[in-house]
Amino acid sequence: MKVLVCVKQTFDTEAKIELKDGKISDAGINLIINPYDEVAVEGAIQLKEKNIATEVVVVSAGSDKAMDTIRTALAMGADRGILVKQDSAADEYQRAVALAEAIKAENPDLILAGHVAADDGSSQVPTRVAEILGLPNVNVITNIEIAGGKATCTSEADGGTQVTEVSIPAVISSQVSWNEPRYPSMKGIMQAKKKPVATVDAAAADAKVKIIELALPAAKTAGIKIEEDPDVAAVKLGDWMKNTVKVEVK
Amino acid sequence: MAGTWVFVEQRDGNIRKVTYEMLSKAKSFGDEVSAVVIGNNVEGLAPEFAKYGADKVYVVEGDVFANYNTGAYVAQLAAMINEFSPNAVLFAHTFNGRDLASRLAQKLEAGLATDAINAEISAGKGVFTRAIYAGKALSKVEVTTSPVLATIRAGVFELAEAAGAGAVVKPAIAATDADVYQTVKDFVVTVSSRPELNEAEVVVSGGRGCKGPEGIKVVEQLADLLGAALGGSRASIDSGWLGHELQVGQTGKVVNPNLYVACGISGAIQHLAGMSSSKFIAAINTDTEAPIFNVADFGVVGDLFKVVPLLCDELKK
Ligand SMILES: Cc1cc2nc3c(=O)[nH]c(=O)nc-3n(C[C@H](O)[C@H](O)[C@H](O)COP(=O)(O)OP(=O)(O)OC[C@H]3O[C@@H](n4cnc5c(N)ncnc54)[C@H](O)[C@@H]3O)c2cc1C
Ligand SMILES: Cc1cc2nc3c(=O)[nH]c(=O)nc-3n(C[C@H](O)[C@H](O)[C@H](O)COP(=O)(O)OP(=O)(O)OC[C@H]3O[C@@H](n4cnc5c(N)ncnc54)[C@H](O)[C@@H]3O)c2cc1C
Repeated sequence: MKVLVCVKQTFDTEAKIELKDGKISDAGINLIINPYDEVAVEGAIQLKEKNIATEVVVVSAGSDKAMDTIRTALAMGADRGILVKQDSAADEYQRAVALAEAIKAENPDLILAGHVAADDGSSQVPTRVAEILGLPNVNVITNIEIAGGKATCTSEADGGTQVTEVSIPAVISSQVSWNEPRYPSMKGIMQAKKKPVATVDAAAADAKVKIIELALPAAKTAGIKIEEDPDVAAVKLGDWMKNTVKVEVK
Repeated sequence: MAGTWVFVEQRDGNIRKVTYEMLSKAKSFGDEVSAVVIGNNVEGLAPEFAKYGADKVYVVEGDVFANYNTGAYVAQLAAMINEFSPNAVLFAHTFNGRDLASRLAQKLEAGLATDAINAEISAGKGVFTRAIYAGKALSKVEVTTSPVLATIRAGVFELAEAAGAGAVVKPAIAATDADVYQTVKDFVVTVSSRPELNEAEVVVSGGRGCKGPEGIKVVEQLADLLGAALGGSRASIDSGWLGHELQVGQTGKVVNPNLYVACGISGAIQHLAGMSSSKFIAAINTDTEAPIFNVADFGVVGDLFKVVPLLCDELKK
């Protein structure tokens, strides 16, 4: 079984965001594999270790820089990569079309992704890819079992936990609590350099959304800070909750 | 064009508050407002939407809709959009809402703005504000396709009651069993006496400073006194003191309450990403340098094991 994992390169979660010429500047920003995608890669590698998957292919759409993210996944243990070269100014529709085109050519038995990217975070791409490919989808999974041409997924749902069964191929997106991603070993990092990565151009598609303006939110300012005996502090905090916040006490 | 539609988020007839928030906002656009409710035995809910100004309520019922499933819901909505041509369709940014809206948008080859924290719709034009990079930047986007599609974050729009006609419309059923590609094998409802994180008015969270389940109990007492949802930092979740669904932050839930109380939480950037848009923030932390104090409206430098129980006593007065 061939498993394909969609990996997005994102800003480090510590990154400070600055605007330059009305755009988000990536100058000096450490770029990482989207944390959810790291979990999806780990999930795919574990399927291979259980002899369920035979090959793990990672695909990323973006600029040449995204090659680093592909290499990270290869160092973790994926077998090969595909870089879909695409202009950064692509909306979710254009990204999904480009990824779906590359995935179709690979004809995988299972497609994994993260359920959301830590940067633009639209939570749209995997579900759109599934629709384009005409495949079932399940989102936000915390476990998967593959047997008899079916995937049984446990996922975080609104107000509970759900178990869903779909036939494969399917597009399935991860929640971070699925697993604990491994760190690439030195050996893995060395091997990753030799693993094949193909580069393809993105399929053309028209944008459906346009950015009107990017802005930084007003900085939140610190308010009152008190350092007093606990009984005095508790009275003052309680007073603030009752009179300023106007909380209801049950 | 048939105004703005609000897709009703419900499970077993329990309607999520964000549905009413969306109806209230939609009313301010000045156009006709309709609620769209899909499920089984849901017609009885129609009067609820009229209270928040729904002029019409599209009621779709059938066994195929008993459990939320992407295929049948998308097929049904796509057919209805085709027939009635709404200007805009708003969904809640819940797990189901984002799944449904994304798949529908792709089927219609349309744009979609997800997790919007503001919405302006006029003359068929839809402009939305999204908090990106975990709230570190704001992106104002226009969806240039029709109908305008968006998912809305819970808690960003004020509730406003307004009498609507709530005329029930029963569109043709367009989905069949053949559209269902997900089989729900099990659904375990999270049993909790507390409200859900996303919708709570007050959230009380405990971090590593709680030092263990005993400290979490201290924090829980405050939560229950305030009728609050309980949350945690990644440190308290990874330590196993709280379930993963209670994690607040970049890789957890984004909460938007009136009051957020951080107990023994340092205020790492990934935690702030999930709670800094709260209206009021209170923090209790022993370290006067803790970054949480940079965003707190009211900070107490102190030991939560001492301050929180005394605070509970004070609030009970
Ligand atoms: C009009 C417009 C202009 C934009 N211009 C820019 C720009 O100039 N620069 C810029 O950096 N961004 C830009 N963006 C953001 C860009 O659209 C998103 O990065 C892209 O749509 C992916 O969406 P997401 O991050 O929300 O992914 P989500 O849907 O949140 O991601 C979920 C999962 O999908 C998969 N996935 C998502 N994207 C990729 C990818 N590229 N490769 C592989 N897998 C992926 C991953 O598995 C990921 O975990 C723009 C967006 C819009 C709407
Ligand atoms: C990719 C990525 C994603 C992440 N996502 C998240 C996320 O979604 N949510 C999240 O929360 N974190 C997230 N983190 C982790 C984050 O960086 C921090 O490690 C985490 O938030 C720390 O939790 P904490 O504040 O409880 O613990 P600490 O940072 O250890 O802080 C504990 C605090 O408790 C105080 N304290 C100790 N004793 C007491 C006492 N008796 N009374 C009062 N105060 C006391 C201390 O002074 C300290 O400030 C993420 C990290 C990464 C790299």
